Amino acid sequence: MSNHDSESHLGHVLPLGLLLKVFFGLVALTVLTVWTGSMDLHGFDLSVALIIATCKASLVCLFFMHLKYDRPFNGMIFLFSVLMVGLFLAFLALDTHQYQGQIKAKMADDLHALEAGE
Amino acid sequence: MSTTTTVAHEGGHGHSHDHPKHLAHHFETLDQQFDAGKLGIWTFLLTEVLFFSALFVAYTVYRSNYPEVWQFASQYLNTQLGATNTLVLLLSSFTFAWGVRNAMLGQIGLLKMNLAITLLCAGGFMGIKYMEYSHKFHEGTLWSGNEDTIFRLHAEDVPEHIKEHSHAWDNRDGEFSAAVRDLDPEFRQKLGIFFGVYFCLTGLHGIHVLIGMLLLLWLLLRSMRGDFGPDNFNAIDFGALYWHLVDLIWIFLFPLLYLIS
Amino acid sequence: MTSSTNALDRTNYLNATKGFMSWFWTIDHKRLGLMYLWSVVGCFILGGMFAMKIRLTLSGDVDFASQTAEQMNAYNNAFTVHGAVMIFLVIIPSIPAALGNFVVPMMLGTKDVAFPKLNRFSYHLWLIGAILFVTTLFVGNLDTGWTFYPPYSTGYTDVSVITAVLGAFILGFSSIFTGLNFIVTIHKMRPPQMTWFKMPLFLWAIYATAVIQILATPVIGISLLLILVEKTMQIGIFTPELGGDPVFFQHLFWFYSHPAVYIMILPGMGVMSELFATFSRKPIFGYKSIALSSIAIAIFSFIVWGHHMFVSGQSELMSIIFSALTFSVAVPSAIKVFNWIATMYKGSIAFTTPMLYGLSIIWLFGIGGLTGLFLATLGTDVHFHDTYFVVAHFHYVMVGSALFGFLGGIFYWWPKMYGRMVDNKWSKIACIMSFVGFNMTFMPQFIGGAHGMPRRYAAYGPSAGFDGYNEASTLGAMVLMTGLFLALGTLLWSLKKGKKAPANPWGGVTLEWQTPSPPPEHNFEIDPPVVGDPYDMSLFEWKGEEEGFLPVNPRPDDPCVANVQPS
Repeated sequence: MSNHDSESHLGHVLPLGLLLKVFFGLVALTVLTVWTGSMDLHGFDLSVALIIATCKASLVCLFFMHLKYDRPFNGMIFLFSVLMVGLFLAFLALDTHQYQGQIKAKMADDLHALEAGE
Repeated sequence: MSTTTTVAHEGGHGHSHDHPKHLAHHFETLDQQFDAGKLGIWTFLLTEVLFFSALFVAYTVYRSNYPEVWQFASQYLNTQLGATNTLVLLLSSFTFAWGVRNAMLGQIGLLKMNLAITLLCAGGFMGIKYMEYSHKFHEGTLWSGNEDTIFRLHAEDVPEHIKEHSHAWDNRDGEFSAAVRDLDPEFRQKLGIFFGVYFCLTGLHGIHVLIGMLLLLWLLLRSMRGDFGPDNFNAIDFGALYWHLVDLIWIFLFPLLYLIS
Repeated sequence: MTSSTNALDRTNYLNATKGFMSWFWTIDHKRLGLMYLWSVVGCFILGGMFAMKIRLTLSGDVDFASQTAEQMNAYNNAFTVHGAVMIFLVIIPSIPAALGNFVVPMMLGTKDVAFPKLNRFSYHLWLIGAILFVTTLFVGNLDTGWTFYPPYSTGYTDVSVITAVLGAFILGFSSIFTGLNFIVTIHKMRPPQMTWFKMPLFLWAIYATAVIQILATPVIGISLLLILVEKTMQIGIFTPELGGDPVFFQHLFWFYSHPAVYIMILPGMGVMSELFATFSRKPIFGYKSIALSSIAIAIFSFIVWGHHMFVSGQSELMSIIFSALTFSVAVPSAIKVFNWIATMYKGSIAFTTPMLYGLSIIWLFGIGGLTGLFLATLGTDVHFHDTYFVVAHFHYVMVGSALFGFLGGIFYWWPKMYGRMVDNKWSKIACIMSFVGFNMTFMPQFIGGAHGMPRRYAAYGPSAGFDGYNEASTLGAMVLMTGLFLALGTLLWSLKKGKKAPANPWGGVTLEWQTPSPPPEHNFEIDPPVVGDPYDMSLFEWKGEEEGFLPVNPRPDDPCVANVQPS
């Protein structure tokens, strides 16, 4: 996809054209996400926004952050961090959903008591 | 591996095979040094992701339990300013990535220019952020424990000076869909939680931008001193990786906070 | 370089440069390791003083009714500071930061860790954190327990929470950077012949620890930061009065703090593996299973945190899931213990001081680990939670395994650190005293806890029937304290009067034993030999007190051999 400028023996030099393409791609996706954000997508708003954000993030990671040309292990580390967040989130969301009903019921009771008292 | 190799670099003209100028004493080769640095910075970025994770988790947990609160609260955020800030950060990411290319190729003039533009963009981001924040403090759209907040359980506790001036409070010019004072108290209080999460997330991100600005300033000064070139660009490369992460986080923050419809 | 004198009299890392700044601003991993070591010992004495305060408050016939509010507040402060200091300032940095810094690069045959300046920065962060913690003692009456649970910590108690939380936050970053450094060092600085499965098991343990450090510690960092903003600005996320959710904090807290338990214990297990192989003069049994069980523990540690929250508002469903998952941790832990025992089987066991610590740990960790299963069981935990059973359990694991592992490691590597041998007899007596004292202190707490003796009470009163347990515990704590001070005494004594140590006094095969004691500034005078099996005991043979173990086939320029045989 891109030619190796061999001036640097360590890192991978990205062609300026590619950097520009990525940048304009990111700008276009930003415009797209603002546009879809203003529409009513019937419950798919969050998924669409997150898909666009993930595309943008992938562009930044693969090109700006050189992951496409880097050792795969570095990319794996990064993916792993996202997986950890996912795990954390899954357990926590599961738990709070379970007890949320109790909290809401208690708060409603408290409010009733408050209003009755006044 | 003799005991005498210390940081002294005799005849270090770039690619001297005995001991290259920019090779620290405990590494064998420049490749090893570069790889180690790269792994180090990526590991650090992993810790950064996990550092932010708790706030993203807070966001998700509260949003999934109170979707209607989140939807309502999002209208207090200014999408234009958020989108502008996104573009500013993207531009800064681009110029920094270009700067890495400049450093690798030894284009020092361009490198200095790109670092300066990146720094300016970062400053611009913080400026816009400041505008957003000061507007919120003025309107009282703050977290539930703040003394000036309008998101309280008991509407009568909202301070007078906020009641008088805040458009958000009484819907004076129809900017918002409903006046806060007429909301269900519990709902109103939960709006404060949204702003708690909002200020924590954007505040922590802002702190990272500030740290990035210090980093950029340091890199700019060093590049003016002529430190960087094809055989020494690690600091630029690693600094850019950090900066891209700050951008990545904003890429997610923008739709999650500003674009809830 | 080669002369007939001992390495102590030559230029080594201890005497190469002099003066305060040559230590304070050093990037030498060995000096940083020693500074961590002594700082940790200092903090241990501080934490120990508070432990004694707890024990003295609880012994004697103090009646609940006769206690004043001040006395009870002081008690709350004592157990909080004891816990926080021991966890954040002692056990977490003990083996990874102190011993790990000293040993890891030498085991790898390199001159330093990957990022020496970051390493120095870690230590300075640690110092700042420690200073903030000590400041807390003067700012107010820290009485939240080491867990800083809101809404108590954020809404009700005094401002001392702020300095404590800030201190813990900074200590967290010190820990993160240490872990990061070790991960990169182990990945990128291994000599080419040392494949992953030829690494000494201590390195595997340190690696697994470092993985937990970088994955979990950032989460406690942000949680503590949130406590800070909650306390100072009432941000509301954790405060129920403001619409927040305090159970959410507990999730954040234990997402770090359960894995942190393994940050404390895994390095101890790594030390154990070295001790059992060396002192049984036998290759370690089941190398791969020990190595991989460290990684397994690191992974499991992230999916069991909810067992700390069985009775604190967590939903039933999650409690059941977490209870089931928690049992899985027992498997890799047991694999390790079985392998250690199998290593000793038919070995030629040397009952040296470090080995005695190792043997103690088998007993202590056995009890600590197995009682953990009672607490993992949802049904029995409802009975045991917040009783002394829990206190005894985690002390058996934390002190019994992590601290004894630390002590075993200190005695094992002490000759390498200072080039002096510790007095054999007295250090063994110290070890046995500590072991006996420890069991006297905490065994009664198991029994008391099983009878429902609640923890964190400043007084019980005679009618509760717990006085006997408290008296026994306090007596045991005295014995334990004496044993620990005796151990410290033997170490200090050896600095002046100890016999000069040979390069390899114990017969270890890992690379740190193949350089003089104490090592030169850059660890090795000549390239370390080609790496083979780290537990091939036939490579070294015993040559007597003075020479210690020497290579069977020494190289002509080996400085360790030249040590005693002038060329």
